Amino acid sequence: MRRLTLVPVVALLAAGLAACSAGNVGAAPSSASSASAAPSDCTPAAMQTYTSGMLTIGTDTPAYPPYFENNDPTNGQGLESALAYAVADKLGFAKAAVKWTVVPFNSSYAPGPKKFDFDINQISITPDRAKVVDFSEGYYTVNQAVVTLKTSKIANATSLAELQSAKLGAQVGTTSLSFITDYVKPGAQPYVYNDTNDAKKALATGQIDGIVVDLPTAYYITAAEIDNSKIVGQFPAQEGPTSEQFGMLFAKGSPLVKCIDWALASLKSAGTLKTIQDQWLAGADAPYFKQ
Amino acid sequence: MTALLHVNGVHKAFGTNPVLRGLEVSLEPHEVVALIGSSGSGKSTLLRCVNGLESIDAGKIMLGDVEVSALDADLDVVRRRVGIVFQAYNLFPHMSVLANVTLAPIRVLRHSRKQAEGAALELLARLGLAEKARQYPDQLSGGQQQRVAIARALAMQPELLLLDEVTSALDPELVGEVLDVIRDLKAGGMTILMATHEMAFAREVADRVCFLDRGRVLESGPPGEIFENPAEPRTREFLDRFLSG
Amino acid sequence: MSASGDLIEGDAPYIDPVRAAALHRRSLRSSVVATVSTVVFLIAVGFATVNAPGWASVRYWFFNGSAFRASVGSVASAFLLNVKIFLVAEVFILVLSLVVALIRVSTAPVLMPLRFVATVFTDVFRGTPTLLVVYLLGFGMPALQIKGLPNDPVIWGTIALVLSYTAYVAEVFRAGIRSIHPSQRAAARSLGLNVSQTMRFVVLPQAVRRIAPPLLNDFVSLQKDTALVSVLGPIEALRAAEIYSASKFNYTAIVVAALLFIAVTIPLARFTDWLSDRQERRDRGTAR
Repeated sequence: MRRLTLVPVVALLAAGLAACSAGNVGAAPSSASSASAAPSDCTPAAMQTYTSGMLTIGTDTPAYPPYFENNDPTNGQGLESALAYAVADKLGFAKAAVKWTVVPFNSSYAPGPKKFDFDINQISITPDRAKVVDFSEGYYTVNQAVVTLKTSKIANATSLAELQSAKLGAQVGTTSLSFITDYVKPGAQPYVYNDTNDAKKALATGQIDGIVVDLPTAYYITAAEIDNSKIVGQFPAQEGPTSEQFGMLFAKGSPLVKCIDWALASLKSAGTLKTIQDQWLAGADAPYFKQ
Repeated sequence: MTALLHVNGVHKAFGTNPVLRGLEVSLEPHEVVALIGSSGSGKSTLLRCVNGLESIDAGKIMLGDVEVSALDADLDVVRRRVGIVFQAYNLFPHMSVLANVTLAPIRVLRHSRKQAEGAALELLARLGLAEKARQYPDQLSGGQQQRVAIARALAMQPELLLLDEVTSALDPELVGEVLDVIRDLKAGGMTILMATHEMAFAREVADRVCFLDRGRVLESGPPGEIFENPAEPRTREFLDRFLSG
Repeated sequence: MSASGDLIEGDAPYIDPVRAAALHRRSLRSSVVATVSTVVFLIAVGFATVNAPGWASVRYWFFNGSAFRASVGSVASAFLLNVKIFLVAEVFILVLSLVVALIRVSTAPVLMPLRFVATVFTDVFRGTPTLLVVYLLGFGMPALQIKGLPNDPVIWGTIALVLSYTAYVAEVFRAGIRSIHPSQRAAARSLGLNVSQTMRFVVLPQAVRRIAPPLLNDFVSLQKDTALVSVLGPIEALRAAEIYSASKFNYTAIVVAALLFIAVTIPLARFTDWLSDRQERRDRGTAR
């Protein structure tokens, strides 16, 4: 939902295939394509982390479900928290060696040295962004969805055309917002909020007709947060061989990227990533809008 | 003839400090009365009570047959009949001389602007200020400002004019031009009650002089009598001290 | 300053030509020194900045030519919303704050309840951060679901700014009114003007002149605070800049927005200076 863009799926597939070809969990370590044991420079001792021997991970606050639970990244619950601990574990960092730090989205890409090893905050990978920061491989392919109140005039919309006259809102800096302006292109200017909470308030009080968020967030909002709300539909992945991916954000040129990518690939091939996704994002589905 | 102003047994205190203590004074029409006495004797307070800028604690102030001091008196009406000129001029600095003089005739008497300005220009000419009509107070000398203040009070055609030490703030060489104006007013028959430290002038223009001492009129009479041959030792003492400088 | 009575009319001022020439040289020298030192200072600052180790990266992040060109259009058109909010709010603030100030300085017993309300109003809205007022009204009022109440966030954001600034400006008005010497009131009342005429023709015109500089100061501040309305959803200049920055990961758009705010603030600031100078000259003049 938040901050996303498109990453070449090809690269992702390549990484996944490489991981798969390396064999099962527990297979003998081999150098570049090994999925089971960390390369020799990807151990807590060898990695040049922000605090040596520790893995410092950034995310924004509040940290929203279903990516985090109870606004507490350290509890291992929620897609991104669970994934971060799985990655850490894969690289040999004990749970106690993982430190979380608050990184507002707007400062995650600020110039100068970073105060984290990587930032995991539903950040979409886009070519523009990749010019100034590095991203890991995508860990989740995300679609955008529209949430509205059941009483809204767009509650039963099935096509993009029916959204043209709606007042739509999204969080600032998100690809959800880009989706409204570049893809839905409604008549009215979109309404833009500091965070999803404000967007939800505006929706609940009828100031806007709908909000655009990523599908898992949409599902969480309708299931747990706003009574009487529903997912109108989701947008098909954008045209071509691209889709929107969340990735972890690194300082440009960070030597840690390949270690994290290795860990992600291992988790993917072992099925762990899928298990985590299924556990935290179950049920997130909705009809696609017709073009 | 009935008195134009009758101040009868007036008391006034500021906090615990009594300033007027059973003061009595009255003025006939066309009479000029000078109030003399040391600072704090109650001269200014008396003048401010007469036109309702201060309320009194006891006694009665009658303006003709209207009781100024009545609790339900319409002071705005009283003030139209009584003009006052202050020691510090108190001109309105944001208004031209002409606007200072015409403000009350236009807003209070509802005269037309044309009528008010005509009358004001005539008045200013009489006081030697014809060329200053379009200037602002801060462009005038002290003596000119005080003359404008007098013109402003006269523009309401008051029955009684109160002058509160109108020359005290002036440089010595500017006092004369203001005193000339007051002489002319007396000649024109204006009823005037004035507090002053200009003893020679009081002697010259006043029909009667009242010596105020600690909130009372201790002695009053024709100027010759008071200045030459005061009955009260305190009056003599004051005059000696004052006249010897 | 000019007491014309002290001047000798019809006589041209006489200044010693040698002295005049020396004075002229001195003022010329002063201007040259001022100019040269300013230029040297600017060059030194510029040089130090450009040669700082991180300048290349700062230039890329904040002063990026292509990002500037790409974002200036969307930020500038969003800035129109700031201007609109500012102009509308300013009119309401001036009128309402004057009313609140007049209520607070009134003495009529029958106005006691209004005085109480006005006092509570200023206390509450002056003490509450403007952002909170924007949030409370912008999300709170529409949540009441009262029929006929607008739910447009721009309207509620503007109302919030009006309330917050009215509380400030009312205090400025009140201070101005109280700064007028009681003798002015006495002079007006002694001429037969009633309380409200005295206020309208004598006290207020002088008070307004006196408070014009601090008043304009508050309006400069209001101009900047129009950006707070963005938290309710509307896209104004700062928000437009933020959107651009987040999608391209470059802060230049925010510099663009800052330049726009500065561009409208500087004329107001110079005007404020000019008013203050004039006021000072006047005060010195009347003190004579």
